[in-house]
Amino acid sequence: MNGQPVPQKTTTPMANVNPSGFWKRSKNFRVAMLYLFPSFLLFSVFVFYPMMKTVYLSFFLTDYEGFPSLFVGLENYAYIFQSESFRKSIIATFIFVLITVPFGVLLALFLALLANEKLKGIGFFRTIFASNMGMSVAASSVIWLFLFHPSIGAFNQFLATFHLPQVEWLLDPSWAIISVSITTIWMNTGFAFLIILGGLQNIDEYLYENANIEGAGYWYQLKRITLPMLSPTMFFIITVSLINAFQTFGQVDILTQGGPAESTNLIVYSIYREAFINYQFGPASAQSVVLFLCILVVTILQFKFGEKKVHYQ
Amino acid sequence: MKKVELRNVCKSYDGPPQVVTNVNVTINPGEFFILVGPSGCGKSTILRMIAGLESITGGQLLIGDQVANSLMPSERNLSMVFQNYALYPHLTVKDNIVFGLHVKKVPKEERKRRCEEVAAMLGLSDYLNRKPRHLSGGQRQRVALARAIVNESPVCLMDEPLSNLDAKLRAHMRAEIRQIQRKLGITMIYVTHDQMEAMTMGDRIMVLNKGEVQQVGHPLDIYNHPANPFVATFIGSPPMNVVDATVAHNQIHIEGIKPIDIMDSQLANKEIIQVGIRPEHISFASKEIEDKRRNIVEVVNVEVLGNETVIAFKLGAGEWMAKWSGQWRVQIGDRIPLEISYDAISVFDKESNELIKSPKVSDLHVFEHEVI
Ligand SMILES: Nc1ncnc2c1ncn2[C@@H]1O[C@H](COP(=O)(O)OP(=O)(O)O)[C@@H](O)[C@H]1O
Ligand SMILES: [Mg+2]
Repeated sequence: MNGQPVPQKTTTPMANVNPSGFWKRSKNFRVAMLYLFPSFLLFSVFVFYPMMKTVYLSFFLTDYEGFPSLFVGLENYAYIFQSESFRKSIIATFIFVLITVPFGVLLALFLALLANEKLKGIGFFRTIFASNMGMSVAASSVIWLFLFHPSIGAFNQFLATFHLPQVEWLLDPSWAIISVSITTIWMNTGFAFLIILGGLQNIDEYLYENANIEGAGYWYQLKRITLPMLSPTMFFIITVSLINAFQTFGQVDILTQGGPAESTNLIVYSIYREAFINYQFGPASAQSVVLFLCILVVTILQFKFGEKKVHYQ
Repeated sequence: MKKVELRNVCKSYDGPPQVVTNVNVTINPGEFFILVGPSGCGKSTILRMIAGLESITGGQLLIGDQVANSLMPSERNLSMVFQNYALYPHLTVKDNIVFGLHVKKVPKEERKRRCEEVAAMLGLSDYLNRKPRHLSGGQRQRVALARAIVNESPVCLMDEPLSNLDAKLRAHMRAEIRQIQRKLGITMIYVTHDQMEAMTMGDRIMVLNKGEVQQVGHPLDIYNHPANPFVATFIGSPPMNVVDATVAHNQIHIEGIKPIDIMDSQLANKEIIQVGIRPEHISFASKEIEDKRRNIVEVVNVEVLGNETVIAFKLGAGEWMAKWSGQWRVQIGDRIPLEISYDAISVFDKESNELIKSPKVSDLHVFEHEVI
């Protein structure tokens, strides 16, 4: 970000201690504000204003264009908490988070540990493991849509060759959430892998050499050196994965549209439907506020309990 | 206490240029053995080959009487101190020290006892529950040292353990490491690029250059009888002055000074040689000394170090240094008379670089134990 060049008068420190010159004394502050201004502006337009507006709308009923028409106080909240559909959405979201975050992070950790070994040609695997980072949500969802296809999809074809029963990946309510989770884990692996690999490579090689001399085996080193040294990275990637999982939208929209029987109606998708299909901007805003509070609470809990286990250098 | 023996050990990192060539040495049990050489000469590589952290690409390594080439690092029964200490930042000092004992499943009480013993020896008792980042550089160094000796391994390797400390602490730790080694009787293999550390700490030192052994021996033997000009200039501070010279009419001719009479037959049928002289062997030529042995030179720099004075002066195309005891009030630009006597010089062969003659005057500076 480019701050405007500030005309600087070269003053000695002594000259700054002039009690009468408030204008002079606040100079550092004003310069700082000037540098911060662009980010304040961007955040205000794209984050703070929409946030405020959402909270505001959650107290109103709106017309179909989204303009507030009737103040209803907390009734929108009462409505969503009584709604069966919202409760299902919350449950589906938590199931989804509980599947995708642990498995996604563990898979990325596993791949990163493999790719961190000093083997010939390991660079090839590093590239492969990280490569799906460059793929859009839409493109990868479409690929998975084909893989999950009931008759021509690769998974069912595979099952068929071993004469196993066919699975309705996206049509069976109990399978659909798992299928969406698998897709999500796959899509997030590249990023998590890259971050964790970076964390692994930051660990001083001498720590392992010393452990080798002292006779520590692979698992001992993993438990006593690698994981503790990696904990700041893991903490970061778990936080990011959690927040991402709560905000999943694209793959749901393409794979299942929230179905079947609302089993994959994750909360962001539910908000989208409420607002842009049912034109209920008030209840949709209330859901958004609830989502925001959920993420806030989870993140605070994580910082409170997780950070104790993190060893910063 | 075990001996460590290297037989024709060679090393090349995936490629033909050998970084270590034909190292042959036997390090005796309980000896403080120092590998010294300029940076990049292969000291760390040799140490890491002994530790098993690098593969040995040629020759044999014996630890005790066992060939150790293919042993895992943990099977070699040694400990190592790394240059950056390699402490575990997430473990307390105590856990760092007993890391190896924990690995070896030593019972908890014994772990505690040995940890406290070593901590007391190194003055770490008050810091056992701190994390390494809350320690000073010197304390970290001690933790690394403690971790190395708590295992009671018969062989200890150290790779430039003092190079991150300030000069005063370094001098202190030199003495401390030496004392601990004597007390425990461990075989120590110590790497440094600092000739002063090598001279003051080692029972024997091995001087390396470009992966080749230059000389192995007692520090003073190496100082008095350097095998070649490299060793001569590497060991000793300020370094020995070395120049090319010719022999004619039973005299040594060096550019810039008067010919030096040859007093014996060691230089018979030599023509081109290298002459070296230690700064402290250049003497001031008082008025009584005959003119043909007085050389007047121009001073270009003077450093008075309290009780000794280092004078740099121009001679021929180069610059030489002399070191005299006492405070010499010499100014830059002064012209002073010097004497370079035949007894004071070392002579090296020009082609083979081998030592032909070492100085006699060094005997004058040696005080045998009986004298005291
Ligand atoms: N892992 C490595 N791969 C390739 N060359 C190396 C490696 N480690 C060291 N070398 C080379 O080996 C030579 C000796 O290195 P080293 O033993 O570290 O020197 P020293 O410890 O004496 O400073 C250097 O020229 C260095 O570039
Ligand atoms: Mg080194």
